[in-house]
Amino acid sequence: MASDLNKLGLAEARDALRKGTVTSVELTEACLSAIETSDALNAFVHKTPEIALERARAADARIKAGDAPAMCGLPIGIKDLFCTQGVPSQAGSRILEGFLPQYESTVSQQLADAGAVMLGKLNMDEFAMGSSNETSVYGAAVSPWRRSESETALTPGGSSGGSAAAVAADLCLAATGTDTGGSIRQPAAFTGTVGIKPTYGRCSRWGVVAFASSLDQAGPMTKSVRDAAIMLGAMAGHDPKDSTSMDIPVPDFEAMLTGDIKGKKIGIPKEYRIEGTPDEIETLWADGAAMLKAAGAEIVDISLPHTKYALPAYYVIAPAEASSNLARYDGVRYGHRATLEAGDGITEMYEKTRAEGFGHEVQRRVMIGTYVLSAGFYDAYYNRARKVRTLIKKDFEDAFAQGVDAILTPATPSSAFGLGEMGQTDPVQMYLNDVFTVTVNLAGLPGIAVPAGLDHQGLPLGLQLIGRPWEEGDLLNTAYALEQAAGFVAKPGKWW
Amino acid sequence: MSIDESTAARVAKLARIRVADDALPALAGEFNTILGFIEQLNEVDVEGVEPMTGVTPMRLKQRQDVVTDGNQQDKVLANAPDAREGFFAVPKVME
Repeated sequence: MASDLNKLGLAEARDALRKGTVTSVELTEACLSAIETSDALNAFVHKTPEIALERARAADARIKAGDAPAMCGLPIGIKDLFCTQGVPSQAGSRILEGFLPQYESTVSQQLADAGAVMLGKLNMDEFAMGSSNETSVYGAAVSPWRRSESETALTPGGSSGGSAAAVAADLCLAATGTDTGGSIRQPAAFTGTVGIKPTYGRCSRWGVVAFASSLDQAGPMTKSVRDAAIMLGAMAGHDPKDSTSMDIPVPDFEAMLTGDIKGKKIGIPKEYRIEGTPDEIETLWADGAAMLKAAGAEIVDISLPHTKYALPAYYVIAPAEASSNLARYDGVRYGHRATLEAGDGITEMYEKTRAEGFGHEVQRRVMIGTYVLSAGFYDAYYNRARKVRTLIKKDFEDAFAQGVDAILTPATPSSAFGLGEMGQTDPVQMYLNDVFTVTVNLAGLPGIAVPAGLDHQGLPLGLQLIGRPWEEGDLLNTAYALEQAAGFVAKPGKWW
Repeated sequence: MSIDESTAARVAKLARIRVADDALPALAGEFNTILGFIEQLNEVDVEGVEPMTGVTPMRLKQRQDVVTDGNQQDKVLANAPDAREGFFAVPKVME
């Protein structure tokens, strides 16, 4: 068994730890060995084996002493977007090369307090701007999945691509992700894993490198819905250091997984039927609805009329917030500073530093954000987008007011694509990846991707469930019922 | 709305990102693609709709107006590309 310990999920490993049939050091060593032989996936970009083993030994001592909180002794990976004290935290960007945070993000601190073992930092799109992990300064993370009879390198999705690849390839038991427009749910769907973006305000953003502050949320990426419930419980909670963090109790999400969804009303939004969506995704969606119906839920057709405008609104609001947030990278206080020529002043320092430090996609979004906020365009773009956002949120409120408990949609418009295949000439082509997920960020709602099947190429496909605000427990339970019915057990064949 | 090279150059300047002159035509083209996509928002009737300020209705918490931390000069300067004598060092700002 010892060599396969990295393949366990959080719940199984926790139970084994509590029974005393395995130690955290054994679990951690199994993951560290798996990481050592998996550089081809480019998932872990900063490895922290010493920290991991030190925390594993401490966790074993805690378990022995009878003090074993939820995540005690469980080895996980942390997305590079989270600031981790004394450990490189670059947000996948050259501009934060060499940056060593002097503090720990609230979420990673809470996980550490709950006994979790950090194995290292995970690859991601630069500043979480991307849907394929290809904008990373470390180079793209590679999915452990391949099309049948093919050696083409596929994307694990993005921006939390390293997290998804690491969980799918069993390099860790689970990982943290963040989701601004779909960055947890799309990579989860591409890799046959589970990812939940909680309600905006459920997890503290403190110490998480900011992209678009009104949309960013952290969440777990795991091998099962139960694992997501366990890990979300450890990550969530009020934090006085984040003024948008909600001061309400965090329920025992795992205890809410009864699998009983009798009488629940599940909405199927007609606007999510989009031209060009492959038939097998349409079929999967219908199958998912049938499974929930068979489990006792009532399926109802609903309308979310402003869905079409979510992506355009997002591509105003997110770049606008990013242009403001990323103004802090000025070469003065931390990170990269360009080498200056004689006579260069402060403006040249800013301009050269940011040109060298930011990659192409980040530069483009910062400039789009600058443009939509600039004098003369603020009303036409930014204020209009914020009004459309109000309407998108109202669409969901109307659906929930009709008694809908959760909404079922596809998670992505396709299965994973090959690295280099998408958006080379037209950035909007890549943006369309988030067409089913971005509405949820704009409305601040919880959303979860659950693996539901394989396509004709043998690649995972996911379904998304969207819940009412603050009702992650109910949402996880519906996802649990879907997971049980779908019975997805496929794993990628090891080639790396 | 079409963005020409001089507008692209102006936006790059505002964003404090140096863009070489020969890169401006391609950049302007990308802006136009993205803004063309965003233009769809003009189809929406937003008459009388409030622009969203916060997605979660909540009152901001207040706290006592007291110092909660400080005296961390070494930590504040720890990641500076150039720190001298307890300060951030930058090129000359005033002529």
